[in-house]
Amino acid sequence: MSAIVPLLVLLPLLGAAVALVLGAYRRAQVVVSALTLTTVTVLSAILLVYVDSNGPVVVDVGGWDAPFGIVLVADRLATIMVLVSALMLLGVLLFAAGQGIADGDRETPVSIFHPTYLVLAAGLFVAFVAGDLFNLYVGFEMLLSASYVLLTLAGTGARIRAGVTYIIVSLTSSIIFLASIAFIYAATGTVTMALIAERVRDLPADVQLILCISLLVAFCIKAAVFPMSFWLPDSYPTAPAPVTAVFAGLLTKVGVYAIIRTDTVMFTDVDIDIPLMVIALLTLIIGILGALAQADIKRLLSFTLVSHIGYMIFGIAIGSQAALAATIFYIVHHIIVQTTLFLATGLVERVGGTTSINRVGGILKASPLVSVLFFIGAMNLGGIPPFSGFLGKVGLFEAGVALGTPLSYVLIAAGTATSLLTLYALVRVWNMVFWRPSGDVEGYTSPLLDSLSETPDDPGGTVRTKSVPRLMLAATTGMVALTVGLTLFAGPLFDLAARTAADFDSHSTYVDAVFPGGVE
Amino acid sequence: MTASATLILLMAVLYAVGITVMLERSLTRVLIGFMLVGNATNLLILLVSGPNGTAPIVTGTVSDEGMADPVPQVLMLTAIVINFGLTAFVLALIYRSWWLAQLGDQGDSVPDQHHGETEAATDATFDAVDLDDAALQKILADSDEHPDAHNRGMEGER
Repeated sequence: MSAIVPLLVLLPLLGAAVALVLGAYRRAQVVVSALTLTTVTVLSAILLVYVDSNGPVVVDVGGWDAPFGIVLVADRLATIMVLVSALMLLGVLLFAAGQGIADGDRETPVSIFHPTYLVLAAGLFVAFVAGDLFNLYVGFEMLLSASYVLLTLAGTGARIRAGVTYIIVSLTSSIIFLASIAFIYAATGTVTMALIAERVRDLPADVQLILCISLLVAFCIKAAVFPMSFWLPDSYPTAPAPVTAVFAGLLTKVGVYAIIRTDTVMFTDVDIDIPLMVIALLTLIIGILGALAQADIKRLLSFTLVSHIGYMIFGIAIGSQAALAATIFYIVHHIIVQTTLFLATGLVERVGGTTSINRVGGILKASPLVSVLFFIGAMNLGGIPPFSGFLGKVGLFEAGVALGTPLSYVLIAAGTATSLLTLYALVRVWNMVFWRPSGDVEGYTSPLLDSLSETPDDPGGTVRTKSVPRLMLAATTGMVALTVGLTLFAGPLFDLAARTAADFDSHSTYVDAVFPGGVE
Repeated sequence: MTASATLILLMAVLYAVGITVMLERSLTRVLIGFMLVGNATNLLILLVSGPNGTAPIVTGTVSDEGMADPVPQVLMLTAIVINFGLTAFVLALIYRSWWLAQLGDQGDSVPDQHHGETEAATDATFDAVDLDDAALQKILADSDEHPDAHNRGMEGER
């Protein structure tokens, strides 16, 4: 089993090399990428079954024991994240392949798309299985470098402008992360997370607090937590539809994952629950208020993405086992649903020619299947029972009630309001884009459309509509089926999330896995 | 822990200068600021490694207690390589934004490689603008808010 863990990272990297060599053969590149990601999906599924019954798999890279060597730790949380990301990457890859085949590869220089995409995958997987803080940094840098390339793909003016914001912000957060690692090394003399967890508790409380906050600042920028979320809605929507889908689903969640590790493994004694709750509250409210003002569906979804990160921060702030279980379930739900909605929006753009709700209508008549796909995703994100978004929120709110502080009740109220406002924003999209007959779009006035703002450099008008290839439809349908599956099998999945959260009940579970003989 | 006062001072100055320069609007200055801050962080990592010492890992030659801590050096090397790669990428990005700002909407139709290139052909393609920071800054400032107005301005200059 221990051979699988490094393979999760090695296979995408080898795949990237092969895809780069095959630059001239685009079909072959698609086959290589799809095969690689399928293998990783299968391997991580096997690993998850094994880890769930036998406990974490720890690999000492190069045979050097921790803390001298680098350790890879595949516990339940890491394996769940790898499995879900691999599934998302595979679905989006098929979507992108469908788009490339239909458009004759004119819009994206595919020869670099596939290698970069696989490097992004490798970076994600290495960040998830890293048992070493510096390895986590390297994983972040891998996936960020790949994301810079994907975001500025084809180098049009709009993408370069969006890319500059994104890259400068990411570089700043990376520098903060690196400086935090230096501080932690100075204080504890190690970068192995398990050993940091042990040594940090001997430090004075204020030093622990400073170390924890400097790490959290870096991760909060990556997770787009308010007030460090300003960059996200400006940069994500300009990328090609599949790239936006992957970024929205996965990149912010890596930040959330790192926050979970910081808060529950390394700095268990630091009490910053109340500041985290306030931040979660502001993220929820300000994010969703931004979403209400957007006319462009992609920008609207980017703002809901920022907003819903607040739920996860809320769960981490409560910190009880039930809250962590609900958070993990919510992360999985949010990754899948957000990715699916961005893909569905990509389909809407092909059918309607634009994603601005001021200028498109009649999609329900033009393409009923696309409408159904968008509708299921929208209801799920809005938290309508019985979908998984509702179940995750109920779990979180239950844990909040169990905590019982006034602030947690305020957060439950804010969470409910955010859920309803998300629903409002998405139903407005439904009414305008899908239900409104396309003939009514010209000169249409409604109080619903007052005070909406378009994308800043929106050119207006619509582009030529394109056919929707079967592969794109099939990929999106598969993802929607996955969101429905998340609802149908919510019981067993919630149990798995509860077992995952139980790993964090005592900090020693993680430490014991890395140091079976005990820390010297 | 002992640390060299010179290095601490140098790190502080690099951070201060780097952050100040990063706050400028021009992309090249942001990049220079990033490089300074990156090097300041590398110095920080070196500083946390403790007192100077003999070459690590090699045993049996000098007294083994006097070894330097090798881990921060490894971290630094990795960080230097990453910063190098990112600097190259941002340079490419700056070049591309200059390219687009120079050529406006035609930017995408002009090939990167000019066949049978002469100086005259290059001059015909590009505007003869002095490419100092002020020009870049102006282009960036224009392209940020009013892309159309900027394009019209470029037409007028030709």
